[in-house]
Amino acid sequence: MSEKIKRYLGEEVKAEEIKEGKIPIEKFKPKAKYAWSAGIAISKFLEELKKGRIIASTCNKCGRIMVPPRIYCELCFKPTDGWTYVKDTGTINTFSASYLAADATRLKEPIIVAIIDLDGASEGMGIIHKIGEVEDWKQLKIGMKVEAVWKPPEEREGAITDIKYFKPVKEAATL
Amino acid sequence: MSIEKITNPFDARHWIGHMEADYMYTLGVVGERFFKELKENGRIMGTRCPNCSIVYVPPRMYCERCFAKLEEWIDVGKKGTIHTFTIATIEKDGKKLEKPVIYALIKFEGAHGGMIHKIGETDTVCIGMKVEAVLKSPEERKASINDIAYFRPTK
Amino acid sequence: MYGKKRVAIVGAGLTLFRRRLKETGKELAYEAAKMALDAAGLELRDIQSVVMGTAPDAFDGVHMKGEYLADGAGAYHKPYTRVFVGGGTGVFTPLAGWWHIASGQFDTCLVVCEEKMSSCYPHPQYAFTTIFDPILERPIGMNLIWIFALEMQRYMHKHNIKKEHIALVSVKNKGNALDHPCAQLAARITVDDVLNSEIMAWPVQRLDVSPTSDGGAALVLVSEDVAKEITDNPVWIDGVGWCIDSTHWTNRDLYYPDYVEYAARMAYKMAGIKNPPKEIDVAEPYDPFDYKELHHMEGLLLCKKGEAPKLTAEGVTQRDGDLPINPSGGLLGVGNPIAAAGLMKVCEIFWQLRGEAGKRQIPGDPRTGIAQAWGDLMQYGSVIVLRR
Repeated sequence: MSEKIKRYLGEEVKAEEIKEGKIPIEKFKPKAKYAWSAGIAISKFLEELKKGRIIASTCNKCGRIMVPPRIYCELCFKPTDGWTYVKDTGTINTFSASYLAADATRLKEPIIVAIIDLDGASEGMGIIHKIGEVEDWKQLKIGMKVEAVWKPPEEREGAITDIKYFKPVKEAATL
Repeated sequence: MSIEKITNPFDARHWIGHMEADYMYTLGVVGERFFKELKENGRIMGTRCPNCSIVYVPPRMYCERCFAKLEEWIDVGKKGTIHTFTIATIEKDGKKLEKPVIYALIKFEGAHGGMIHKIGETDTVCIGMKVEAVLKSPEERKASINDIAYFRPTK
Repeated sequence: MYGKKRVAIVGAGLTLFRRRLKETGKELAYEAAKMALDAAGLELRDIQSVVMGTAPDAFDGVHMKGEYLADGAGAYHKPYTRVFVGGGTGVFTPLAGWWHIASGQFDTCLVVCEEKMSSCYPHPQYAFTTIFDPILERPIGMNLIWIFALEMQRYMHKHNIKKEHIALVSVKNKGNALDHPCAQLAARITVDDVLNSEIMAWPVQRLDVSPTSDGGAALVLVSEDVAKEITDNPVWIDGVGWCIDSTHWTNRDLYYPDYVEYAARMAYKMAGIKNPPKEIDVAEPYDPFDYKELHHMEGLLLCKKGEAPKLTAEGVTQRDGDLPINPSGGLLGVGNPIAAAGLMKVCEIFWQLRGEAGKRQIPGDPRTGIAQAWGDLMQYGSVIVLRR
């Protein structure tokens, strides 16, 4: 606001006014469907998930082992040099318990999500996934060890959801 | 590294989804008045810029040329001229239409801008053809551009 | 000197911010742009170039909305560019305006930002899901709030910060907004109100978050020659900076926004600022969430890492404190029509430096102020330094 401006413009419309038909509106629903191709590096990653393994790509220049894998190192800006498997265990880098679904509707039971730094990858190389088999999310902590819980081989389809979720490693936590 | 020559995304490894988004648009301060006039009084209105002597149809809140706020409303009548047209033979999804539909850009007399709408009651059409708006009955009108059913050649 | 011409701001305009406004996006752009022109004493014919800033098309629901909004922004038959860097857009747009003039190409540039998020329903959050990687992230069920929750958690963990210290930001900003005539969510609230509000995605609660909004904002930028002709009270753009981090956001440590620091260093270098907390009189860091204000104070080098909550608790960031932060009320209080909210911050610094901020005016004759916005996937920083 500038004190020199005496009136700020804008006519507020309340949700009820629309519901009651006092304010005319025009509705539209776009029909946009997509088939996102996974690309070269992630296609390989997904093929390996189907086999129950997590594959990373490596850069010989900076020495990083990268997950999710990529065909170029974005720091050295050169093609990556090779592939290597990392473990399906890791550490919680950060987490959240979400009472919101994707469309902002409310959930009774929260979805627990975390960034998981995978063992065998370079430090801080995390992926985002769900956390399961936790009774009370308040007991979760950053730094906690977790392991992947896989779908049975016959149900896997080459998708990130071939890992159902990660669960706390028993030895490391009393949950 | 291989560059794959795939034109159908379903031939590559893919994940299927859609963009889930619904929209409701307010008609705007000026749009609301325009559509109320159309619905309640069956009139097609424009706004006039006093500086540039331009009448905008559909009306606008401001003159895009001099940025004046437009407050003078004018009934431009229902008659106009076809500025350009197309004859559509396929649907948005690529399916063939049973009967071709004529869409035209209609300019109103003495007004700037124009309106895209359907042309009805004729199979032939040409640039410069005089047309008039055929409105839906008052009870069918909902403050929408489709309150105009179509335009037809003037008799 | 950076660029061929020094650039001044000579007028600002702002609409109300509300959950839903009747005006179309074009009309909002017009109201803000016209107000800024009137404030500058200029007319549309004086304007040589126009830059529009607006966030994803998916909010307004008009694909290619840059082109849709053009006439409302005053771009009829003029050189026109739409810029977009997610939430960073609102501060990036005047940066783009700056280079239009600093390049020597133009003497005047109208900078306009608009957002009409109410078009998208049931909630604009849904439109946000499509910013995530379609193969690796969306199948998990991503929600926009998650990335904030994950970042906030990491920030709290790293510096051992409690939620009640973060909640103070929300209390301050919503309170400051009581003096802002455009504000959507001005309120007098307490820390307990924040801590007891609905859990959205832990640690994010309802009152930690800014609303979705409709609104418009605008600035008039001119070269030094024009500024000297038309005003005795120009505000100079003395520093500009912008930077992006890796899109592999799960590979970064989210506790600190490096990219904001790099953007700030770029802007400070240009403005000759060596000791930011001492040389900056007022700041409007981006605050879509309360912790973000703290995160960004640190990224902007206004304090040490992890020190922002302490300064907040000590009252340093209040309007009458040593370093007023978000005297406007910020996104938490005034509202968050994305691009327009970022530009609202630049408007605020402009008005503060001219001594025109009315009830919100900070004491002590401020001469140097900064505004900053943040966006994309936790990765974008845009910074502007203004001086009287």
